[in-house]
Amino acid sequence: MTGHHHDHHHDHSELSETELRVRALETVLTEKGYVDPAALDLLIETYETKVGPRNGARVVARAWADPAYRARLIKDATPAISELGYAGRQGEHIVAVENTPRLHNMVVCTLCSCYPWPVLGLPPVWYKSAPYRSKAVKDPRGVLRDFGFELPEGTEIRVWDSTAEIRYLVLPMRPSGTEGWSEERLADLVTRDSMIGTGLPKQPHEVA
Amino acid sequence: MDGAHDMGGVAWSGPVRPEPNEPVFHAEWERRAFAITLAMAMPGGWNIDMSRFAREDRPPAEYLSKSYYQIWLAGLERLMLERGLIAPDEIEAGKPLHPAKPVAKRLTSDGVAAMLHRGGPTERLATRPALFAAGDRVRAKMIHPPTHTRLPHYVRGHSGVIERVLGCHVFPDSNATGAGENPQWLYTVTFAGRELWGEASDPGLKVSVDAWEPYLEPA
Repeated sequence: MTGHHHDHHHDHSELSETELRVRALETVLTEKGYVDPAALDLLIETYETKVGPRNGARVVARAWADPAYRARLIKDATPAISELGYAGRQGEHIVAVENTPRLHNMVVCTLCSCYPWPVLGLPPVWYKSAPYRSKAVKDPRGVLRDFGFELPEGTEIRVWDSTAEIRYLVLPMRPSGTEGWSEERLADLVTRDSMIGTGLPKQPHEVA
Repeated sequence: MDGAHDMGGVAWSGPVRPEPNEPVFHAEWERRAFAITLAMAMPGGWNIDMSRFAREDRPPAEYLSKSYYQIWLAGLERLMLERGLIAPDEIEAGKPLHPAKPVAKRLTSDGVAAMLHRGGPTERLATRPALFAAGDRVRAKMIHPPTHTRLPHYVRGHSGVIERVLGCHVFPDSNATGAGENPQWLYTVTFAGRELWGEASDPGLKVSVDAWEPYLEPA
């Protein structure tokens, strides 16, 4: 499916057919009184501008800066995350898993696209694609190579397949050279992919 | 059901292709399809497991050739057609041709924040003790239900260890068919990579799934 996504922009007729169908559907549903277009606009705006990986970055930065918060996050992530105001749909039951020098965590949903919306927003296309969903559980080192990095030999890899309503957030390792940094500065180092386990946080020299 | 959606370990895919600076949506119709899908669950009255089944229950060639939001759209259309909320001729015509079906409630803009905040928690009060405890060895049953299930094929028949007891949760296999929530104990079960993929697998790999008690037997 989405493995083919990149080819779709070559196929204008198919796209416009879908476009027309969605437009027709929205008109029917609106005129029948089932949906309110203003509510649709607000849903889109929420996930385009308010709910995204910056939320998760704040959670990670706090865990790096505050050992007591980190302990609460690892023990029971849902209330710890809600302390920062992030909660709800597709994040009703969150578990945080911590990377260490010996253990790397990676999150996937092989059956569909389960993803912790309140902290990461909506999932990227690759996360929902056939290549990621098939490869992550069998060859996670190969996945990391697709993302351009090699995990040190001997590091254990733990893959979490989100098959139920539990959502997983990876707590990446804090980069060295960031002692004394504020939470705001630390959050700038936290990438979306580092919270899925397909990337690492930025290094201090990569941020201004 | 066995279907193309159950992708873990399937060999036919190429490399993962990250997209730098990826937008949240790639087209206006994706925005609308996403929002309509979220909004229609309220008047439609279906649950998330029914939605997932409506998306995955289609021939592999169709599932694999549709983009992600095209699958959402196809699933949504099926749920609405099944319940008589719309008719096929209305989608073709792009306007209502039949009277609207009375619906109990609909999502208005002042209800969006509350709906998203509320979400859909699935944990329920337990009515009996859990059969398994952390550290127990279990085997994922070899099952192939024709209806919705969340036990991925690649762990079936394999043995692993209960890592966490996650509480009692709505059982998708029941909830998807309209047979009720039928809450069951849920566990994180961890499998060695070599148990799943053989001796050539990375010795440092462990894979876990979250599995409901009816999926498991003592090993």
